[in-house]
Amino acid sequence: MGMGAGDCDGDTVCGEALMPRRRDEMVPDAEFRSYYGQPVIKQPIWHEPHMPTYLYLGGLSGAAGAMAAAARLTGRDRLELAARMTAFAGASAGAAFLVAELGRPMRFLNMLRVFKLTSPMSVGSWTLAAHSGLTGVAAGSAVTGLLPLAGDAASVASGLSGVAMATYTAVLLADTAVPAWHEGMRELPFLFSGSALASAGAAVMLTTPRAQAGPARAAAAAGAVAEVVAGGLMERRLGLVGEPYRTGRAGRLMRASRVLTLGGGLLATVAGRSRALTALSGLAITAGALCTRFGVLEAGRASAKDPKYTVVPQRDRLDAGHPASVPGR
Amino acid sequence: MAECHPVGYQWVMEARARGAKVFHIDPRFSRTSATVDRYLAIRAGTDIVLLGALINYVLSNGLDFREYVLAYTNAATLVNKDFRDTEDLDGLFSGYDEETGRYDPSSWAYEGDVPEEEEPVEGGGHHAEAAGSDSYGARGAGASATPPADPTLTNPRCVYRILKRHYSRYTPEMVEELCGIPPERFHELAEAITANSGRERTTAWVYSVGWTQHSVGVQYIRAASILQLLLGNMGRPGGGIMALRGHASIQGSTDIPTLFNLLPGYIAMPHAHRHDGLDHYLEREGADTGWWGNRRAYVVSLLKAWWGDAATEDNDYRFDYLPRLTGDHGHYATVMGQIDGTVKGYFVVGENPAVGSANGKAQRLGLANLDWLVVRDLMLVETATFWKDAPEIETGELRTEDIGTEVFFMPAASHVEKEGTFTNTQRLLQWRERALDPPHDCRSDLWFFYHLGKRIRRRLGDDEIDRPVKELTWDYPEIGEQRDPDAEAVLREINGTGPGGRLLASLRELKPDGSTSCGCWIYCGVYADGVNMAARRTPHTEQGPVALEWGWAWPANRRILYNRASADPQGRPWSERKKYVYWDAGKGRWVGPDVPDFEEDKAPDYVPPEGAKAQDALAGTDPFIMQSDGRGWLYVPSGLSDGPLPAHYEPHESPVRNALYGRQANPARRTIDRPENPYNPALSPRFPYVYTTSRLTEHHTTGAMSRPLPYLAELQPEAFCEVSPRMAEELGLENGGWATIVTARTAIELRVLVTGRVRPLRLNGRTVHQVIMPYHWGYSSGGVITGDVVNDLPSIVLDPNVYIQESKAGTCDVLPGRRPRGTALLDLIERYRHG
Amino acid sequence: MAERMGFFTDTSICIGCKACEVACKEWNQVPDDGFVFRATSYDNTGALGASTWRHVAFVEQDGRWLMSSDVCKHCTHAACLDVCPTGALFRTEFDTVVVQADVCNGCGYCVPACPYGVIDRREDDGRAWKCTLCYDRLRGGMEPACAKACPTESIQFGPLDELRQRAAERVERLHADGRTEARLYGENPDNGVGGTGAFFLLLDEPETYGLPPDPVVTTRDLPAMWRWAGGAALALAAGVAACFLGKRG
Ligand SMILES: Nc1nc2c(c(=O)[nH]1)N[C@H]1C(S)=C(S)[C@@H](COP(=O)(O)OP(=O)(O)OC[C@H]3O[C@@H](n4cnc5c(=O)[nH]c(N)nc54)[C@H](O)[C@@H]3O)O[C@H]1N2
Ligand SMILES: Nc1nc2c(c(=O)[nH]1)N[C@H]1C(S)=C(S)[C@@H](COP(=O)(O)OP(=O)(O)OC[C@H]3O[C@@H](n4cnc5c(=O)[nH]c(N)nc54)[C@H](O)[C@@H]3O)O[C@H]1N2
Ligand code: SF4
Ligand code: SF4
Ligand code: SF4
Ligand code: SF4
Ligand code: SF4
Ligand SMILES: [Mo]
Repeated sequence: MGMGAGDCDGDTVCGEALMPRRRDEMVPDAEFRSYYGQPVIKQPIWHEPHMPTYLYLGGLSGAAGAMAAAARLTGRDRLELAARMTAFAGASAGAAFLVAELGRPMRFLNMLRVFKLTSPMSVGSWTLAAHSGLTGVAAGSAVTGLLPLAGDAASVASGLSGVAMATYTAVLLADTAVPAWHEGMRELPFLFSGSALASAGAAVMLTTPRAQAGPARAAAAAGAVAEVVAGGLMERRLGLVGEPYRTGRAGRLMRASRVLTLGGGLLATVAGRSRALTALSGLAITAGALCTRFGVLEAGRASAKDPKYTVVPQRDRLDAGHPASVPGR
Repeated sequence: MAECHPVGYQWVMEARARGAKVFHIDPRFSRTSATVDRYLAIRAGTDIVLLGALINYVLSNGLDFREYVLAYTNAATLVNKDFRDTEDLDGLFSGYDEETGRYDPSSWAYEGDVPEEEEPVEGGGHHAEAAGSDSYGARGAGASATPPADPTLTNPRCVYRILKRHYSRYTPEMVEELCGIPPERFHELAEAITANSGRERTTAWVYSVGWTQHSVGVQYIRAASILQLLLGNMGRPGGGIMALRGHASIQGSTDIPTLFNLLPGYIAMPHAHRHDGLDHYLEREGADTGWWGNRRAYVVSLLKAWWGDAATEDNDYRFDYLPRLTGDHGHYATVMGQIDGTVKGYFVVGENPAVGSANGKAQRLGLANLDWLVVRDLMLVETATFWKDAPEIETGELRTEDIGTEVFFMPAASHVEKEGTFTNTQRLLQWRERALDPPHDCRSDLWFFYHLGKRIRRRLGDDEIDRPVKELTWDYPEIGEQRDPDAEAVLREINGTGPGGRLLASLRELKPDGSTSCGCWIYCGVYADGVNMAARRTPHTEQGPVALEWGWAWPANRRILYNRASADPQGRPWSERKKYVYWDAGKGRWVGPDVPDFEEDKAPDYVPPEGAKAQDALAGTDPFIMQSDGRGWLYVPSGLSDGPLPAHYEPHESPVRNALYGRQANPARRTIDRPENPYNPALSPRFPYVYTTSRLTEHHTTGAMSRPLPYLAELQPEAFCEVSPRMAEELGLENGGWATIVTARTAIELRVLVTGRVRPLRLNGRTVHQVIMPYHWGYSSGGVITGDVVNDLPSIVLDPNVYIQESKAGTCDVLPGRRPRGTALLDLIERYRHG
Repeated sequence: MAERMGFFTDTSICIGCKACEVACKEWNQVPDDGFVFRATSYDNTGALGASTWRHVAFVEQDGRWLMSSDVCKHCTHAACLDVCPTGALFRTEFDTVVVQADVCNGCGYCVPACPYGVIDRREDDGRAWKCTLCYDRLRGGMEPACAKACPTESIQFGPLDELRQRAAERVERLHADGRTEARLYGENPDNGVGGTGAFFLLLDEPETYGLPPDPVVTTRDLPAMWRWAGGAALALAAGVAACFLGKRG
């Protein structure tokens, strides 16, 4: 009898072009039976550009906060100012995108009713609240010259909230049933922190006088390398589940990200005195970091949409005699 | 059954869980097929071949329940020597008139029965037979309760021998060739049902409209009856033939009928030319032996219920007030009358013929030619809106501005907004309370007809012609602000009263002398002792398994009909396992968990005295008490229009030649040869596919009640057809795409569901593809979802006994893609008709 | 806490009537899910979602037509509940998992977290919805609407322990009848979600019905995730530090 997934790969049986709600270009050829090629889990419903832009801005702001702290501790005033401002701008714009994702500002405040360690989003909301508060104080103080001590303290503290800010988003994604994210739980934080470092480096390097911009340039380059290495490692380790990062729109975004990031990073090290090259480098890194976030979101969606990424690893696990287990209550 | 009677089907599932083996025989692999032990795919319209082969299997292997068969059926009875079988006449029985296409059934009679005199009857002669088949339950005047018989079953003219000969050509090979069921599957079925019948076990057959909507529909059921009687499965627990009925209380509307040829309780409607007065009518409509022998009491009590004090012995109890038939007034004849302009006005109450009746175009052309039309419905159904949105408007065949029909739409109260009874498939009357008042102008049908009657009566003068209506008892108490007639008062009238207005307790109290009145004799007792028996709801935990205190079953609250047959001739249970109703000699009574369907104190050894009448003429061993001889009829000597035995005929439109006889289709079928009703020629290569129509769990009939409901509409949102992957490939049909289905009537478009559940049939080396179409869609109604009307495809061709349309088997062509619009559609059909 | 209540859905006796789907919508006033002919057997609602809390799947293959009514699993370790940042999802006294519509802020996090693809956000009101195991009915001492409507008792509601026992007997019985393809799905308290409050008897691999064969509550790995993220955070800090440690330039 027809209509198993086996028959579904031929379009005569499924006629998918005629079914508006089931446009699965990627019906698996793997040898398992799906339910009409439909996804097993729900795709992340977060919107574009809100969510990936938020992820980018969060990373940018976080790493910039860390740089501001480091600049404060090493006494690089101009760089610190640029980093403080970047961290604040990133946090505020990020919060704005998050609110846009949620629909209403009240809904963000709703998150702060509770604090839940099991919810990376809860942890993240508090982190974002703390981080944007700290960067706000730091930036405000720098701009107005008021409360310089508090400003400095906030700046240093935002170094701590910043590294959390730049990495929690990886847990946010990994703590889902989305195969490309969940399975990437080891490398995703490094991918995101590397990318954060690169994007913050790029932004600060553009806004800091050439003389003081050395650490920013180094950060941009180091971050770029870290990002690309982490991404490559992840794709390799994930095997089948890494496929969504290589194929389709996500694949294109991830490839673009790699080229832009590496190119930008390289340029940062050689740009030297050239304003134009520095600018080009900064833009490339920024674009690369954005591509990473859009790419990761898209890869997650693609891996959720095609049931093979959910089913095959689970089936392999079962066939190997190692079913998942969480001891019962 | 899973599709259309899911709540009842739970018991099939439960029976399976307890080890019952369930077969499903159906052209469509439905939800039922998915949940049974064995599914047999059959070509639509061929069940008599299968059933005939099962009968043949039983007879030629001597597997009949001989003691039961000899004692309780007419197997031994001798048939008139003039009778000729289809074996002798290549598919015809004796008495066929080629010119009129009808049978004269007199040669089918038992030996010694006086054949009924044939008298020329203008117009409606054929109909009179049809009406009779619904009502006789008896062989007519001049029959005897004990016709000549040969208990050795050796006389070639005994029913048993005739049966054997008749079914000898119904072989497993024929089953394979005509039905498409392979021999090993046939044998599995045959072995299962025979092994599961006899003293210790019983087998039940369940059917619904897959067996009735054929030009030989009645004979399908007859074939099953023969099989069940031979196997001893009638009148016994776990046996029987269960007709799963349709609409809520469709059973009730046959008991107290909405049919043109019946009066309440299956009493024949008098005929204008056949019956002079009450005596003449009673003399001609039934036998004097068996319970129909009391029909004077039933009829007189009915007339008393209707005309009260105005009905007296001197005036024949106003028998002459009853309307008279002049011919066929069935639905399709009426529609033709509309098209001809002889039917001017039309009440449509709780029906949607523009979508639900065969040949939708003819239905709508009829509606468009009326002076006035009253539609009483919950919804603005297609029948009420045809003048603006019928497909004929799109094709230009009808123009809104040219339609003169004045349409009155009267909103109806729904079942939760009124009280009354539903009679279900098991003859069980169940009382429903009214949950809320009907909104706005919605009123119950009872309200409508009662107040309409009152208004009409107010306008009547003293003319003689008005008296039947003026003298009607029309006086129900009115309740509440909306002045709803009291439904319990109606039920009390149906139950009947005796002298002094005492409510009758049993139909045995009905008198032929005008001292009792009763609105429907089979319902007598539903209000016994002033208790609304239909409203009883004793939980099953507080009563026995037969649950006699849940509702009330007609007649006399009996749950299994003819249950005297559950005991052997001596009155002992056939077996301990199948013990049900049996004779307790000590008490001198029939006892058991059910109400005996027999006179309680009639001993098994009772022998009727010479000249006895009614039930007294039946012996203590005659369980089938409505029959004139008390026997189950394997062979039907009178009452049917198309033969005493079921024979296989192809559907009127069939792509296959009848391999059994020279006669292709039922010789007595009713056709309507008119331009509005063109037929696909049989065996036509232009219409190579078989179609059948069916239902889905998610919708109800014409969809009027289900399509407007989003929760149901979303479950099956579009009209579709099911085709096999092979057919889809051959024709280029895409799953989820469109197909156009063409017959000589019209073409419609449906979504395509390609499914391995539909299989092409191999018949005689040829592949026959089948198209399966649910018929729930229409062009208006609530607007949530719409679709083309499947009933625009079938022609009007009718079973000659009950005039049901053959909507379950026809031929068609199938084209990929959507249908042409406007006049291009007419051009396409024109090409099919003449090309 | 009251006894843990749940569902045993025995798909071997499901007749695909969808009474459960409709009863659920009627009782809970769930809106319709659109009118799309999907051409996937008799399934036109597709999957569980914000507006379909019971979903009857129709699997056509190998001459069989399997029907199965799916629902939220009310997991012992419920990812949706774990990850919900607002506390909108909570565990009831019947040990079921319910969304409080007035608390949910529509963050959508529960949606990809559920390993069964059950919970979903309704785009028009921006909140997450799923089966409540008829919390209101349970509190009123009634059984859930879907179970009540099921004509064949394919959906059985009751104390989870009892259901598990009944299910074990049923599988045994089916196996004895030669129906070796029968298997329980989700009832094992040692599985990746700690056992489900709504479990099933299936007649084929779970994935045939669109169910994950070996789901795991995503938060099982959360400590590891935090560790990896912590590592990355440290690395980031170290990276930043390294960049600043060089000589001032
Ligand atoms: N959900 C739902 N329930 C309903 C209804 C509804 O519309 N929807 N309608 C109600 C009404 S009014 C009625 S009358 C009943 C009808 O109940 P059913 O008779 O069960 O309904 P159908 O689907 O019309 O026909 C039954 C089956 O007959 C098969 N069939 C067609 N031709 C043949 C044949 O020649 N031989 C055999 N063996 N089978 C054949 C069809 O494929 C179909 O599967 O249901 C009642 N219940
Ligand atoms: N091709 C094909 N055609 C068929 C069949 C088939 O199997 N195949 N089946 C046939 C069968 S068995 C049947 S029964 C018919 C059904 O055909 P119809 O009876 O014409 O169709 P329904 O949609 O059931 O129409 C019943 C109407 O009654 C209304 N109604 C409900 N309750 C009440 C009430 O209390 N009072 C009033 N006044 N109205 C009410 C509903 O809104 C609905 O519009 O179709 C027949 N046609
Ligand atoms: S609709 Fe009513 S009559 Fe039909 S199956 Fe359901 S409960 Fe029975
Ligand atoms: S099945 Fe999904 S939605 Fe239901 S409790 Fe488990 S995780 Fe939550
Ligand atoms: S969408 Fe609502 S229920 Fe889901 S995680 Fe967010 S707040 Fe909780
Ligand atoms: S338990 Fe209630 S809410 Fe859940 S599916 Fe059943 S009816 Fe719907
Ligand atoms: S109500 Fe019961 S039988 Fe019907 S589809 Fe739902 S689970 Fe299956
Ligand atoms: Mo019907």
